[in-house]
Amino acid sequence: MIAKTLRRLFLLSLLPLLAACRFPVLDPKGQVGIEERNLIVTATLLMLIVVIPVIVMTLLFAWRYRDREGHSGYLPNWSHSGKIEFVVWAVPCVIIAILAVITWNSSHDLDPYKPLDHAEEPVNIQVVSLDWKWLFIYPEEGIATVNEIVVPANRPVNFSISSSALMNSFWIPELGGQIYAMAGMETKLHLIADHEGVYDGLSANYSGHGFSDMQFKMRAVTDQAYDAWIDTVHAGHNTLNGDSYQDLARPSTNVEPMFYAQVQPGLFDDIVRNKYMVLGHHVEPRS
Amino acid sequence: MSSSTLANHGAHGAAVHHEDDHHHDVDGTTQLGFWIYLMSDCIIFATLFATYAVLAGATDGGPTGRELFELGFVFIETMFLLASSGTCGLAMLASDRGDADKVSFWLKITFVLGACFIAMEVYEFQHLIHEGASPQRSAFLSAFFTLVGTHGLHVTAGLVWMGVLMFQIKRFGVGGFMTRRLATFSMFWHFLDVVWICVFTLVYLKGAM
Amino acid sequence: MFGKLTLNSVPWHEPIIMVVFAGIVIGGLAVLSLITWFGKWRYLWDEWLTSVDHKRIGVMYVILAFIMLLRGFSDAIMMRGQQAIAANDAAGYLPPHHYDQVFTAHGVIMIFFMAMPFAIGLMNIVMPLQIGARDVAFPFVNSLSFWLTAGGAILINISLVVGEFAKTGWLAYPPLSELGYSPDVGVDYYIWALQLSGIGTTLSGVNLITTIMKMRARGMNMMRVPVFTWTTLVANVLIVASFPILTATLVLLTLDRYLGFHFFTVDGGGNPMMYINLIWAWGHPEVYILILPAFGIFSEVISTFSGKPLFGYKSMVYATVCIGVLSFLVWVHHFFTMGAGADVNAVFGITTMIISIPTGVKIFNWLFTMYRGKVRLTPPVLWTIGFMITFTIGGMTGVLLAVPGADFQLHNSLFLIAHFHNVIIGGVLFGYLAGFAYWFPKVFGFKLNERWGKASFFCWIVGFYMAFMPLYVLGFMGMTRRINHYDNPDWQPWLIFAACGAVVIAAGIACQLIQLVVSIRDRKALADTTGDPWDGRTLEWSVSSPPPFYNFAEEPEVTELDAYWDTKQRNRKGPAKPYGPIHMPKSTGAGFVLAMLGLVVGFALVWHIWWLAIAGFAITVVGIITHTFSTDRDYDVPAEEVARIEALTAPRPMMEA
Repeated sequence: MIAKTLRRLFLLSLLPLLAACRFPVLDPKGQVGIEERNLIVTATLLMLIVVIPVIVMTLLFAWRYRDREGHSGYLPNWSHSGKIEFVVWAVPCVIIAILAVITWNSSHDLDPYKPLDHAEEPVNIQVVSLDWKWLFIYPEEGIATVNEIVVPANRPVNFSISSSALMNSFWIPELGGQIYAMAGMETKLHLIADHEGVYDGLSANYSGHGFSDMQFKMRAVTDQAYDAWIDTVHAGHNTLNGDSYQDLARPSTNVEPMFYAQVQPGLFDDIVRNKYMVLGHHVEPRS
Repeated sequence: MSSSTLANHGAHGAAVHHEDDHHHDVDGTTQLGFWIYLMSDCIIFATLFATYAVLAGATDGGPTGRELFELGFVFIETMFLLASSGTCGLAMLASDRGDADKVSFWLKITFVLGACFIAMEVYEFQHLIHEGASPQRSAFLSAFFTLVGTHGLHVTAGLVWMGVLMFQIKRFGVGGFMTRRLATFSMFWHFLDVVWICVFTLVYLKGAM
Repeated sequence: MFGKLTLNSVPWHEPIIMVVFAGIVIGGLAVLSLITWFGKWRYLWDEWLTSVDHKRIGVMYVILAFIMLLRGFSDAIMMRGQQAIAANDAAGYLPPHHYDQVFTAHGVIMIFFMAMPFAIGLMNIVMPLQIGARDVAFPFVNSLSFWLTAGGAILINISLVVGEFAKTGWLAYPPLSELGYSPDVGVDYYIWALQLSGIGTTLSGVNLITTIMKMRARGMNMMRVPVFTWTTLVANVLIVASFPILTATLVLLTLDRYLGFHFFTVDGGGNPMMYINLIWAWGHPEVYILILPAFGIFSEVISTFSGKPLFGYKSMVYATVCIGVLSFLVWVHHFFTMGAGADVNAVFGITTMIISIPTGVKIFNWLFTMYRGKVRLTPPVLWTIGFMITFTIGGMTGVLLAVPGADFQLHNSLFLIAHFHNVIIGGVLFGYLAGFAYWFPKVFGFKLNERWGKASFFCWIVGFYMAFMPLYVLGFMGMTRRINHYDNPDWQPWLIFAACGAVVIAAGIACQLIQLVVSIRDRKALADTTGDPWDGRTLEWSVSSPPPFYNFAEEPEVTELDAYWDTKQRNRKGPAKPYGPIHMPKSTGAGFVLAMLGLVVGFALVWHIWWLAIAGFAITVVGIITHTFSTDRDYDVPAEEVARIEALTAPRPMMEA
């Protein structure tokens, strides 16, 4: 159809542009993301086995049997064929059966709650979505950051995720899939960065006024650089305790990265237990 | 639009009243329609039951069902409603015989029994709120008040309906379309009885255990 | 006195809204003065507002759908415009406060007030004619259903100028939709508009199921029921089974917001996840409520215009029923990312994929209906072919989203947005537009201009691919939905291209409107005098166009699946029987009045004007009770009147009585 031709032309014309674009989902930089990408590609190829013939046949039949001068082969009462019916039920059934097996296995392999099978010791990070910024607590190091995380490349990262009030979704596309951040709940996500680099992180679930700016950067660095970074943060003088957390949790948008040299122990668990719940009436900064 | 044949004659057609000689089976159609409506109502209750089941443990440090429910009281309340279903059945039997007086009589009894049920429920609610177990206290209590209260609102609507029917029996008797109306009402009333049995077992009995 | 309502509730300072407001006022005044000028108030009241004729009500549903399509599309083009320009440091022209309302309103209006009325309108017009009935089972309830839906639509449009609409997304997930985080009236407008129209929809479901079960022509057993009527039946069963869940869920949210209950709050033991489960337990069947009638329309269209019976009718019926049942078993696929665990996710992923089997079978059945047929490439067929290609792509991306491992990367991204527009525009809307063109001559007695119809189709399909294929790409680039502005320069060219696509779609809508105007102008030349302009196969084509208000002078008797085709093949001429009187329901304004009272109560509740809400509710109850005392509800059309009307229409093959 014209639409399809246009689409192809359009894609061709955009090739140079495409080369410059980054496709985090299709070109991931972490093991989890790569497996998810492979799954997307496999499933798509499997489905194309049916999809392409259907599209071709639709165009072919509509053209071949269009009403015209010299039309031939018209069978006005033909409406049943056991063979065709068998094939049209069987082919989708077979493909879906294969996909079902793939789905069952991949759902377990890629379960976000499953720790990654990796030789290196994982880094634990506790994530809290606030309105509208991200708080990251490093429980072992006793530090916390806002809107920026630094992790060592090639080491698994175990995220424990919660929220101060509104529901968000914690997503770093280049590393792999997302999981919701919900108040009073703790969800888990296991990711790894295979390469050093800076990756975009964001909330994928709309959470109100400041949602669009709810982004952070994740820097994956060498082990040495990671240790050095921890020391730098420790050298600061901000402390995150119940009071400063409640200050921080007040709605604000477009927040620059912040660092806390000390964190009150057990703060994350208290947040999950709704100890510092933010029930406030949001007063939106009107623009 | 462009043709006179589409013109609706409803507003100025001959005003002949034939409630009961439609070309299709009116009684059956009304009953099927009302039955489908009841099924949709049933799904509202199913949703509320599911909600209650999820939130039954979410007392947020407030009182639990075990501390609040008085089974004896609720049992008497239940008996009123069950008995009203019985008398409603008797009213329908009288309606089948075409005995308008008996229908009115049994409907009155049904009304009184239903009103006692509602009175007891209102008392129970008021008592709970007075003790601090208001629906705002916890998710469990929100779910409890909503489930039981929705049933109570249905019974109240049934009482109003019954009042209208008693008045209409005086005016129209019990034949024809009134039989149909009485039949749909009785379906409604028995339905509420069935729902209450679920409330009694799943909320009160289970909660008190 | 006026609750929370004050003069400041109107956003005087927002130029966009004020211009729209002025437009509505001027347009409204123009329409009102035209009606007055031509003295049409009486006609409007007698023939439309109080009508209980299923065809009239159906037409009003479709008109409502078209008006709401324009409103919803304006929202769409505003969003596309905003995202096309709001890159890097640019804030665009819609601040979040306004933009968030726009995308919420777009979703709500398109689903509840465009697609639903369109579907129910077509069902209303066509289904009774297809089964040989003279009206629906409960004509008064039908009128009430329509006016409740219209009331909901009016309420949501009032929110445009009085107060504001919800800023929560179209499903109003808590805790965002709870009072603490959405203290304004937007969510309340959302709740009451949906409750009004939802009750109307449920009643309509009860009505249409009863009609199909009880009022089919003699001899029409379930395996002789036309496919559109079958899909109508299954869709309405889904309505009756799922809309009460929506009603109950919104009641719970209302109790949270109005009385401080704790169903979905984050404190007091409330559970927001329960709302998400409940809303999708309604929401997923809802999408099948929309698509199944479209499947029915494609079946009728492809069979009629191929000059062949539908290939695999029984497969089609079984597939429809399968889809209906399965639609209740898949809702979790809307939130695989909630962390329910691998087993739960995998099971719901697989049930979702299983739905694609009966759906795939349907596509093949339409294909083989064209095979060895004589396909007339009219606009309805073009919509069908466009659908088969587009929907197949949308189905594929849908199955992809049903694989939890893939969904983790695609969920809530623009890939998801592209997917559901792919199936809702390419499936639902194309279907309804095909049905609109197909049945238009039946309802109005003249065909639509084909050239403008084809132009509209090509604009829509080109525009669709331009507007939504870039969104798939943007999904792969990690762009999420509902973003007001962004700082990734890679995204902007794609968004600009998508905005151009929206403009092409606008041209498609314009062609549709021009087509209407041109066709009305040329109605004499386009007139359908036979009642059967397409060489149709089902009973609706056996009566004149437009049909007499009683539909069938004699009740038809059916012996075959394609009943009217069968009649024509055997060239039956019915004996010229004397006509009998026909029993018909009387018009009544009760539905209109009750629904408008409902609208007043809804408005009062939004603004906490308690006295008005109580008064309105009391009057409604008294009104309903009073209505039950009126027994003067139907009348007989005398035989001579029937004979006179029948004599006006051209002779055509008669259904054997």
